[in-house]
Amino acid sequence: MAGEGEKKPVLEMVQADGADDGCVTFVMHNEDHTLGNSLRYMIMKNPEVEFCGYTITHPSESKINFRIQTRGGIPAVEPLRNGLNDLHDVCQHVLNTFQARVNEFKEGQEQPME
Amino acid sequence: MAAPMSNVEEIRSRVILGEFGVKNVHTTDFPGNYPGFDDTWDMKRFQKNFRVDVVHLDENSMEFDMVGIDAAIANAFRRILLAEVPTMAIEKVFIYNNTSIVQDEVLAHRLGLIPIKADPRLFEFKNTGEESAEEEASEIDTIQLQLKIKCSRNPRASKDSSDPRELYLNHMVYSKDIEWVPIGNQADVFADSCIRPVHDDILIAQLRPGQELDIIMHCVKGLGKDHAKFSPVATASYRLLPEITLLETVEGEKAERLKRCFSRGVIDLEDAHGKKVAKVVNSRLDTCSREVLRHSDLKNCVKLGRVRDHFIFTVESTGILPPDVLVTEAIKVLMAKCQSFLSEMNSVDME
Repeated sequence: MAGEGEKKPVLEMVQADGADDGCVTFVMHNEDHTLGNSLRYMIMKNPEVEFCGYTITHPSESKINFRIQTRGGIPAVEPLRNGLNDLHDVCQHVLNTFQARVNEFKEGQEQPME
Repeated sequence: MAAPMSNVEEIRSRVILGEFGVKNVHTTDFPGNYPGFDDTWDMKRFQKNFRVDVVHLDENSMEFDMVGIDAAIANAFRRILLAEVPTMAIEKVFIYNNTSIVQDEVLAHRLGLIPIKADPRLFEFKNTGEESAEEEASEIDTIQLQLKIKCSRNPRASKDSSDPRELYLNHMVYSKDIEWVPIGNQADVFADSCIRPVHDDILIAQLRPGQELDIIMHCVKGLGKDHAKFSPVATASYRLLPEITLLETVEGEKAERLKRCFSRGVIDLEDAHGKKVAKVVNSRLDTCSREVLRHSDLKNCVKLGRVRDHFIFTVESTGILPPDVLVTEAIKVLMAKCQSFLSEMNSVDME
């Protein structure tokens, strides 16, 4: 299991006995709906994923159980990695677009004053 | 606006406001849900459809449209703005003297909530785990502030005056009385961006002659999810763009009534052959009150919906950082979350 031996594991993998690599519950510490729901959306957009969902185990525990089940024996780590990459790229695009438009808006505001 | 839309397309892209409830709330455009639609994630398609329009921007608030993104991600940005963009706030209050009627703990709480104008990006988080550095305040993670004030009688007050403003000096303690005490090289580093409370006119306590306050405060970097005083926004919210479709022509008295069912500026009356005909001019202004659905003769003339992927964000800053900077910081926080899990997966080889 990942994260073993460390003081504070950030990510753990939990698998049922005899289950294959395609059915995994990831325990993400210090996360909530913010990452949980957006990552779930990105992973559900992947056609190789049969099921993806998450729960907050208890309101006073700051961790989420993030479940992924894949089709055709693909290890569940793959869609997780792809989902994180996709989400990162989406944010990058949103950031670039937002900054460009804000700069345009600021320039547009300055011009009429001149 | 009244372009006909196939039922499937409507379920996918609109939230329908009905008389007794809201329909099609959830995102359903996932692969395999709709035959004939390719819902697999496509970065190119996203980049083509995504757009941001800034509607309003000033030093304290902004409104912008974010179009072509799912609620899951838009909501992540909103949640991060509220709770996970760091700011500096007063965390430790050392009360050397407090003879005012405000109790120490109440005073400490009031001080904690004062927004401090200091760029949190220039500071580090304070390590709480290390016992050795427990009380040590260093220049990279702490701002030191001082509040030292004493109330006295005004010798120049007229004898028969009963106005406390005239009778006493320093009887109102405002946030402007808080002074910054630089630690280490802070005086040079932050020379041009003087650290102080955002607002000068926050009333902290009222004193009477002889009462005094002598307080040292330590500000640290923190997150809104730890305490609301660290939240960088007064409010951050979004709403979906309302869409009002007239299914048939509405004329005369009915048109007048239809107009009054919506917010001002949503419906306009146009003259056609001597009759007044209702027309939707700006559905964005509507509050989606659904008042029109209470009129039995009007409710079948209109269709009320909201565009599922058109988010109208409103961000109001507390004044510590400009709102556009807050949004960019929020996006960076989500990117950092992704990055931290990716590096975690790479470093710890998951079997």
